[in-house]
Amino acid sequence: MAGGQRVAGSGWENRDAPPPATRHPPSARLPWWLRDLIYAAVFIAILIGASYGLDRIPIGGIAYYRRIIVLMGINIILAVSLNIINGHAGQFSLGHAGFMAIGAYFAAFLTVFYFAPYVNKFPEGTEQWLLQNGLLLVAVLLGGALAALAGYIVGLPSLRLRGDYLAIVTLGFGEIIRVFILNINKIGAARGLSGIPNWADFFWVYLFCGITILISWRLVRSSVGRAFLAIREDQIAAEAMGVDTTKYKVKAFIIGSFLAGVAGGLFAHYMMYLNPEMFRFLKSFEVVVMVVLGGLGSISGSVVAAIILTFLPEGLREVKDFLHTNKDPRMVIYSILLIVLMLTRPQGLLGRRELWQVLARRKDTIPTDERDQGDATDRP
Amino acid sequence: MQTFLQYLLNGIAVGAKLINFAHGDVFMLGSFVGFYAGGWAARHMNNQAGTLMSWVVAAAIMLLSMIACGLFGYLNERIAYRPLRNAPRIASLITAIGVSFFLEYGGQFVFGPDPKFFPTLIEKHLIQFGTITTTNYQIIVLVVAVIFMALLQYIVYGTRFGRAMRAVSFNFETASLMGIPTDRIISITFMIGSALAAVAGILFAVSYPKIDPLMGIMPGLKAFVAAVLGGIGNVPGAVVGGLIIGIIESFVGGSRFSNFTPAIAFIILIGILLFRPSGLFGKYEPEKV
Repeated sequence: MAGGQRVAGSGWENRDAPPPATRHPPSARLPWWLRDLIYAAVFIAILIGASYGLDRIPIGGIAYYRRIIVLMGINIILAVSLNIINGHAGQFSLGHAGFMAIGAYFAAFLTVFYFAPYVNKFPEGTEQWLLQNGLLLVAVLLGGALAALAGYIVGLPSLRLRGDYLAIVTLGFGEIIRVFILNINKIGAARGLSGIPNWADFFWVYLFCGITILISWRLVRSSVGRAFLAIREDQIAAEAMGVDTTKYKVKAFIIGSFLAGVAGGLFAHYMMYLNPEMFRFLKSFEVVVMVVLGGLGSISGSVVAAIILTFLPEGLREVKDFLHTNKDPRMVIYSILLIVLMLTRPQGLLGRRELWQVLARRKDTIPTDERDQGDATDRP
Repeated sequence: MQTFLQYLLNGIAVGAKLINFAHGDVFMLGSFVGFYAGGWAARHMNNQAGTLMSWVVAAAIMLLSMIACGLFGYLNERIAYRPLRNAPRIASLITAIGVSFFLEYGGQFVFGPDPKFFPTLIEKHLIQFGTITTTNYQIIVLVVAVIFMALLQYIVYGTRFGRAMRAVSFNFETASLMGIPTDRIISITFMIGSALAAVAGILFAVSYPKIDPLMGIMPGLKAFVAAVLGGIGNVPGAVVGGLIIGIIESFVGGSRFSNFTPAIAFIILIGILLFRPSGLFGKYEPEKV
């Protein structure tokens, strides 16, 4: 990531560690904007290279893997953005599929009815290509903005509700959105919305993936992120310390739902078809499972879990072939694995740590008992 | 009519302040146990429907299904909840989702994904009350539901066990300090909840004779909504919550907004929680430091 964090390692939980040594990376001598620009340029170059490579690799069935990899990127965006709400701010939301649906449908609506006809007036060429990608960006961001507005509206009740109540309200909100989409004829209702041009590809998905991770990473290390953590740890104490809990909870919802909306927009422009059934609460569950499995509050944990859980059902296809049944045992095995994983590591795969901390086997980055996370006040 | 009855039976879903996302799927399991037992009985009964014998058989099937689901509830608590009692709350939520997936997809794997028709055990006929026409099924469902609700109310508020249950729900640690065998209480609560879900499953299957492995999702969710609406851990509250949702849903279903019926339960829930954050009858518990 774009370097510059003062505390080597992750941050707040590191309070017992000795003060960081004066370890200046060489890039610190460059002005920050130039340094960040170089990082961004390198990232984009890698993306273009990977995208180009994935197009050309002559392996059988590469199209299949390409597709999974792109969907994996969308899942990473969803998981990391939900991690901001659930993991960092500790507000248990089950409505992520709803925000994603808003973003997906609004972006697709803009493209299908306004942008695509406009783009098609131009002859094929650089101009059209630029316009197409520019308008994709606009559509996706507007989709995210509408989702953020919805997040603001959902965030308001979260001021008063906690724990289970909030979970069921957000879940209900997601379902309400789905039912409303189901009843808007203009965007296809139950038939689904088809004819969305295939504008989003590997490059766009992973660009936003990088942006999402960067936002999340910088956010946790900002004053806003610290406020999130304070609310998660102990809302009353945070309030006593002068944190405006209401404001920050709503902020968490707005940021998380914006990114979910962006993921939805990309999803729409990649799948080229949308159906309200894609955004049932099972989709929200899927994302929540990713976040919790990775470890609440661990960004790299969310990424790792998103990767695992995207590939797991695909990998289990082999089992199905092995059993020679036409019934599908994949989801049964998936659910058993989920239960076993949760029983063996209730704090998630990585706990609160980031991947590299786990790999470096730093034992005492977590001074407090790990079981004290979540809202400890109303534990049964 | 029948819809809200299941919700009120499902009210126990969150009796011990634990979200149980698998509850609706236990409901499904109950009706499938009834389906297989009923199918077996129907083959051996030689069309004695309507006789005293068929009533005994029906009761036996319900009991069997309750026992099977109670057993499952026990295993569920033992395997998926007890090891996580000291873990973050969200972890047990995920295992509940895992159990729910397991039942749904396992059900599709074992029972097959296509809907099945529940066997007819007791002959259906119309009953006339003045201007109201109803079937004997609806009356049976109503009577059975009321009996079990009364039983539940008695268990929770009239027995030593119920008092222990409420104590555990109120404060787990203190209850444990007072010598209440908390683990056993929670196990039994799960068993009761699952057995009641089985009753609801059978009643549902009998009056709407089509069952499939995914049938439990929405009733399970709405049971939870009903419980939150009434105030978590409050049995009469859950009943009233279920009634409110059931009545408004059937009104909306008959109006020109019928397309929005699936969302109605949630809209009511959000509306009420905005004004009463702990449900209609829930006590407001100020946060303590």
